[in-house]
Amino acid sequence: MKCDRAKKLEQIALEVRKDLVRMASVTGMKYLSSSLSMADLIVYIYWEVMNLRPEEPNWPNRDRLVLSKGHACPTLYVALAHRGFFSREELWNYNKLGSMLQGHIEMCRTPGVDAGSGSLGLGLGIANGIALGLRCAGIKSRVFCILGDGELQEGSFWESALTSASHKLSNVYAVIDRNAAQSEGPTEEIKALEPLDEKLESFGWQVFHANGHDFASLHQAFQAMLSIDGPAALIASTKTGQGVPMMEKNQPLIRTAIARDEMSQALTELEEMSRNGNEG
Amino acid sequence: MEEKALLSPKDAVAEALIHLCETDDRTVVLNADISSCVGLHDFTSRFPERAYNLGVAEQDLVLTAAGMALVGKIPYAVSYASFLAGRAYDAMRNAVAMPNLPVRFVAVCAGITAGEEGAAYQALEDIALMRALPKMTVLVPADFQSTRRLLLNSLSWNGPLYIRLGCIPLPQLYGTDDDGFPVGGGRLLREGKSVTICACGIMVHEAMKAAAVLARQGIEAEVIDCYSIKPLPVMLIQSSLRRTGCCVVAEEHNIIGGLGSAVAEIAATTCPIPIRFVGVEDRFGQSGSSEELQEYYALTHQHIVSAAAQVWPLRRR
Repeated sequence: MKCDRAKKLEQIALEVRKDLVRMASVTGMKYLSSSLSMADLIVYIYWEVMNLRPEEPNWPNRDRLVLSKGHACPTLYVALAHRGFFSREELWNYNKLGSMLQGHIEMCRTPGVDAGSGSLGLGLGIANGIALGLRCAGIKSRVFCILGDGELQEGSFWESALTSASHKLSNVYAVIDRNAAQSEGPTEEIKALEPLDEKLESFGWQVFHANGHDFASLHQAFQAMLSIDGPAALIASTKTGQGVPMMEKNQPLIRTAIARDEMSQALTELEEMSRNGNEG
Repeated sequence: MEEKALLSPKDAVAEALIHLCETDDRTVVLNADISSCVGLHDFTSRFPERAYNLGVAEQDLVLTAAGMALVGKIPYAVSYASFLAGRAYDAMRNAVAMPNLPVRFVAVCAGITAGEEGAAYQALEDIALMRALPKMTVLVPADFQSTRRLLLNSLSWNGPLYIRLGCIPLPQLYGTDDDGFPVGGGRLLREGKSVTICACGIMVHEAMKAAAVLARQGIEAEVIDCYSIKPLPVMLIQSSLRRTGCCVVAEEHNIIGGLGSAVAEIAATTCPIPIRFVGVEDRFGQSGSSEELQEYYALTHQHIVSAAAQVWPLRRR
């Protein structure tokens, strides 16, 4: 990946994180840490991978994305707003009565989302169904499913993982936000998932790895993954609260909110980190 | 009633699905490893590209159907009532009902018709679960022909739909050319001014037998086949309740949350009258032939007769 492209994506990711911090402080959003861990993944997918038409959200040939880790939907909302699916002003109404942006995704309300979410572990099955439907219709679009790691403890995920492989769903790509944290602590202490790659491989998946906060690493992994027939999974190593030091300190608690008076400090920290990154 | 071969509601599924696939190329059929039970083999060989066995995985069945509906398909998801409404409830709620997707759930071997399989297979609370889900339509037909027509009519229905089908052979209530089964409708099978009997599924047959017995005792029962539990045929039921002033509801389901509750909700808010409920008294099922279970769980025409005899003197005039 060209260096200036990576810089550009970093800049976009910074703006996305800043809006997440603003959303958190304005709306009392509870899932900031988890939303931050997924921010670079969403930016890479929405700016580098997905074939979309923001002016025509239901374009039949678009790539689809099912966000299975529904609590982190603020990151998706920010990305959709920045990609032009709806006004950025909507972000400040997140989870308010009557809002287009519900606390967990309700697909009928929000332009640009391909499926709802909220109950964990359901996304991959929906993605499989979309892929089968597209296959029937002869549409070559790809279907991405972003999953949290904690939700892989749900049995329904593994039911669906078997289906992706046995129905040879070559256009299904799972992207796992491996921040190693769930509500009550580290995944490996609560209900261990490792060796996750071997588990998925034994289910008939091809598995790739990346640093989920490094665009060059993501680029390399996506290039490799998208050049083969799926089902394929990318395990992206991430950190809860990434980019906002006051949130990183709180990990691995993923439900942490941010107080209104902490917003400017968090925004300053983000700007500083970005400047340091650019200089380095 | 015309004498015809005994067929179960479930027997209508395979042929109806073939017809639906011939009629509309959006139709796809998914099942959770129960092709043989429903007789889907002909279907699968005729439409191999539109038949999916998701294996022993009801949640995945529902999720896959939801995904297919999201790209414009009309999926019919076939499984046992107990595991569909029970095990996959969360997937039905979140992935199908909330986004109002046109997935049709064909729930077979419902209630005590699962017979010898025992309590685990005998969904006696599925109507309650499905009825309480916003946007879900709930149908419980009483014979082969009404099942067939409702399945065919379901194609154009907006939103999710749950059709609960027993698997024991039953006499046919309706002629083969009868197609008066709109979703949301009901059928007045017998007119009478003494007591209204609302029934669904296999209990419609018991209600008709009960009405014949009651007639000999001078009680003229009005029998309504309430095949559409949600939406309920409110006008039909209300006008009958106003005529008779008392009601018996008969269903092969827990008395909590099913047709009885639906009728009572209407009666309580619009025309309060005494009602008796014939159903399973908040218990699980057990193994046995369906005839034995009907007797054991008080789901026979004699129980409807007693209930009618009890409620009739209390009728509101």
